[in-house]
Amino acid sequence: MAAGPDSNFNPDMEFFVDMQRCIGCRACEAACAECETNGQEPMIHVNYVDRAHSVQTTVQVCMHCEDPACANVCPADAIAKDGNGVVHSANTSRCIGCSNCVLACPFGVPKKMEAAELMMKCNLCYDRTSVGKKPMCATVCPSGALFYGTREEIRKKRPNSDPVNTFKFGAQTVHTKVNIMMPKGSTELRVH
Amino acid sequence: MFKIFSDLNRKALLNASIAMVLVIVLVYVGSRDLQNFDAALIAYLFGTVFAVFGIMYRYSVWVQRPPTRLYWRRTWKFVFSKRFFPYLGFVITQFVKNILFQRFIYPRGKSRWIGHFLLATGCMLAFAVTIPLTFGWIHFTLLPGTTDIYVAHVFGFAVSKFELGGLIAFNAFHILNWCSLFVIIGAILMMRRRLTNGGLIATQSFQDDWMPLVLLLAISVTGLGLTFDYSFMQGKTFEFMSVTHAITVILFLVWIPFGKFFHIFQRPAQLGTNVYRKEGERLGMAVCPHTGEAFATQLHVNDLKKVTRELDFNFDMEGGGSHLDYSPEGKRAALAKAQFAAREKEGSFFG
Repeated sequence: MAAGPDSNFNPDMEFFVDMQRCIGCRACEAACAECETNGQEPMIHVNYVDRAHSVQTTVQVCMHCEDPACANVCPADAIAKDGNGVVHSANTSRCIGCSNCVLACPFGVPKKMEAAELMMKCNLCYDRTSVGKKPMCATVCPSGALFYGTREEIRKKRPNSDPVNTFKFGAQTVHTKVNIMMPKGSTELRVH
Repeated sequence: MFKIFSDLNRKALLNASIAMVLVIVLVYVGSRDLQNFDAALIAYLFGTVFAVFGIMYRYSVWVQRPPTRLYWRRTWKFVFSKRFFPYLGFVITQFVKNILFQRFIYPRGKSRWIGHFLLATGCMLAFAVTIPLTFGWIHFTLLPGTTDIYVAHVFGFAVSKFELGGLIAFNAFHILNWCSLFVIIGAILMMRRRLTNGGLIATQSFQDDWMPLVLLLAISVTGLGLTFDYSFMQGKTFEFMSVTHAITVILFLVWIPFGKFFHIFQRPAQLGTNVYRKEGERLGMAVCPHTGEAFATQLHVNDLKKVTRELDFNFDMEGGGSHLDYSPEGKRAALAKAQFAAREKEGSFFG
């Protein structure tokens, strides 16, 4: 994987996720499977938040952490972040299928493909974003739970929300490339 | 100017130096004080010794990383314990299935597996032939008093004889040609993938993905060129063929520690992780507080807590427990619930 930034990657475009808007239609899953970097496997997660009490669903893409826990705990040096800040799916020649990344990711993103003994995850549809296009999921989401565009655009669309990319998991603070939409004035999201 | 020396990893440097000296000693002893050493292969020997040094250096640095070190220690501790014996059959099966036949690649794509299997088999067979030849561990002589019986010597001991012109001789003298054909077909299949798969086109690089294939192809084509030259061209281009072949092979050997070929030495770690998981299942599973279902072995979760702390991550929660106690689904739900709670507190679910 190239270490330097890709010149065709548009740094002004960002990912904005608002799980509260997810209606569980799974259009993003179908679109994700079309992404060529995944080999026709959907990498996005759509699941019920707490099915016993609510029909609310949540959607999760890779948050592309500044200091990715998945890459740090990988014993095979298989996960790399490129110059655009995109954390890539495991290098297929190196991944030994140990699942360290699956268990260490604070957002629960990487998937272990058991038969192939390989970790796979969302890589921001690199085949598309590296040439200035939007990720597949964001192009099909009908409810605005997934949006890929500029800060200016999201400000106009969601005037009462602010994008947040700082998360607290217990004592751990995680900064990400992908944003989650929070009430106006929020600067972080404390999970635990 | 000398910063490179102060940046060297001392432990790795020591291991690499020991490995290098050991190889030189083994060459000396195995070739019976160099009397069976083929001086024409000296350049290949230098390349191999450098490769051994580089591979051992990188391997030693690699196993010093906290997550790798943990698996490394766990594996060897387990291998030398009495609990290992029930897993011996499992390890052998896994070795045949996943190392010799790379069966785990098949679910990733049929032609991908065929391509990789041909590349790997061609390379492994070629290593098995050329390394003992380069080290002077194997050599051939004519049986005294005959002109058509060859004797194969291993470490200076005669181990078998075969008739020149026979099937064994034909295959023994052409085995590297068969390896070359395997590698050429494999490399073409892999190159085809890299030219047609949109995902690969977006993420590949010349250095990591194309150069290894180009090198393997160059080695195989120039190798076949040697046979072609003496079979059909009366040796007219032998010098050119032998020099270009030597250059490509030595480039390959020198490149092993730095590039994609290093995965050959990393791959056996997959056996260790499979045993680790099986033994972990025996010891007990971790249950997610959110889903109420088992999601990983407790051994793995506990080890990961230690490793993340070593790497300066701290997922410990205020009220006790850790975020790592949650399954991936539990973690996603926790994030969604936290966002929901923030929206609820604000009094508006959509903004």
